[in-house]
Amino acid sequence: MDIMPILMALGVVACVGLVLGIVLALASKFFAVDEDEKVKLVREALPGANCGACGYTGCDGYAEAVAKGEAEPNLCIPGGSSTAAQLSIILGVKIQELEPKVAFVACGGDCEAAKSNAIYDGIKSCKAAAMVYGGPFDCAYSCVGCGDCATVCPVNAICVHDGLAHVDPRECVGCGKCVGTCPKHIIKLLPKESKTAVMCSNVQKGALARTNCKNACIGCKKCELNCPEKAITVIDNLARIDYDKCTGCRLCEENCPTKCLKPIDFRNNKIG
Amino acid sequence: MFKTLIVILLSAVLVNNYVLRQFLGICPFLGVSKKLNQAVGMGVAVTFVMLLATAVTWPIQNFVLNNLNLGYLQTIVFILVIASLVQFVEIFLKKFIPALHKSLGVYLPLITTNCAVLGVTINNIKDGFNFLESMVSALGCGLGFMLAMVLFSGVRSRIDESDIPEHFKGLPATLIAASFVSLAFFGFEGIVENLFK
Repeated sequence: MDIMPILMALGVVACVGLVLGIVLALASKFFAVDEDEKVKLVREALPGANCGACGYTGCDGYAEAVAKGEAEPNLCIPGGSSTAAQLSIILGVKIQELEPKVAFVACGGDCEAAKSNAIYDGIKSCKAAAMVYGGPFDCAYSCVGCGDCATVCPVNAICVHDGLAHVDPRECVGCGKCVGTCPKHIIKLLPKESKTAVMCSNVQKGALARTNCKNACIGCKKCELNCPEKAITVIDNLARIDYDKCTGCRLCEENCPTKCLKPIDFRNNKIG
Repeated sequence: MFKTLIVILLSAVLVNNYVLRQFLGICPFLGVSKKLNQAVGMGVAVTFVMLLATAVTWPIQNFVLNNLNLGYLQTIVFILVIASLVQFVEIFLKKFIPALHKSLGVYLPLITTNCAVLGVTINNIKDGFNFLESMVSALGCGLGFMLAMVLFSGVRSRIDESDIPEHFKGLPATLIAASFVSLAFFGFEGIVENLFK
């Protein structure tokens, strides 16, 4: 067998590769552009996934914007708070912690309080159950209780008990996956420091809400009138708390006739 | 002579459009056609690289590989050459024409692995074109790519605004639209031959 053609092919490809390699190496040396030192540092601190979650074209684009001061250093979602801290050190600015949030099921309609019109015995899924006459409970805004939120939770922080989903605030990382999954849209992300929460999402008229569930917010405005900080407003028959103003004085809870306003302490896992 | 070049150019742009008739370079076609200015940027970059790649690979094929009876190494050598070339162009532009480098942005490295560029260089050899004809063909293919990108970015912006069923939103609707645009290009079948009969 003639070995020459094999060697020839090998030689040609090797030569072409070598020549091109040398050219590229020389080019990168002679045509090197002095990049901003800061951009380089920032770029190295980023995960390099080029996911675009920050809103820039990629890690390079974001690094440039951060170094120029056009972008906040806490936009990198895959990097999380550790990357944000690193970037803040590089830039010499104060570390901006992302405000920690906790998922909260705004419903107090457990099996005892909420009236039920039927027993649901279909597919074990909130989405499916909610399609059948709006779920097993009379209230159109009640937790369905089939645990779709528990299924999507990446850290197993949600359990369903007594027909109502409960979030363990010590486990919850605030990713918001359950918020998007809930077919009734009753899971909300609250600041971890919140002291009071409305455990109801019903925006129907007070009488109807009360008929369907003992724990419903009836929109009586007692909390709104009694709040010394004007932190509570009743919109569409439902009390809403402005957490920037709430001081946790508990006056609203004491005045609430249906006790749908509950004291909460996410740090110590106390809800209601 | 002049007539031949015109025929090569027009058939590369319209009849044998690389994206819509030969289905090469579909990745950037779907990936970068969301906005018109991005589509144009990508089109310009691809045209530029196609011309450069042809200018380099044609001599390599005809003076090196053919002389040594190593025609079968075409694919591997061309890939090597195109990849290095794109890298070199990127380094060069970054140093001397930063504005152009910035506007081409991420598209330039993306072209390294674009099969349309490899397809142009290989097809030019296969069709037995001389150097000038190869360059004209490469220009035509690049322009055809740009035409497809620009047309499709228009189609896509309309799709985004229209009310389509939930399950077809996003990529499915885009792919269906791409097939329609491709079908439309079949209308150019035979047009060039008959124009210059």
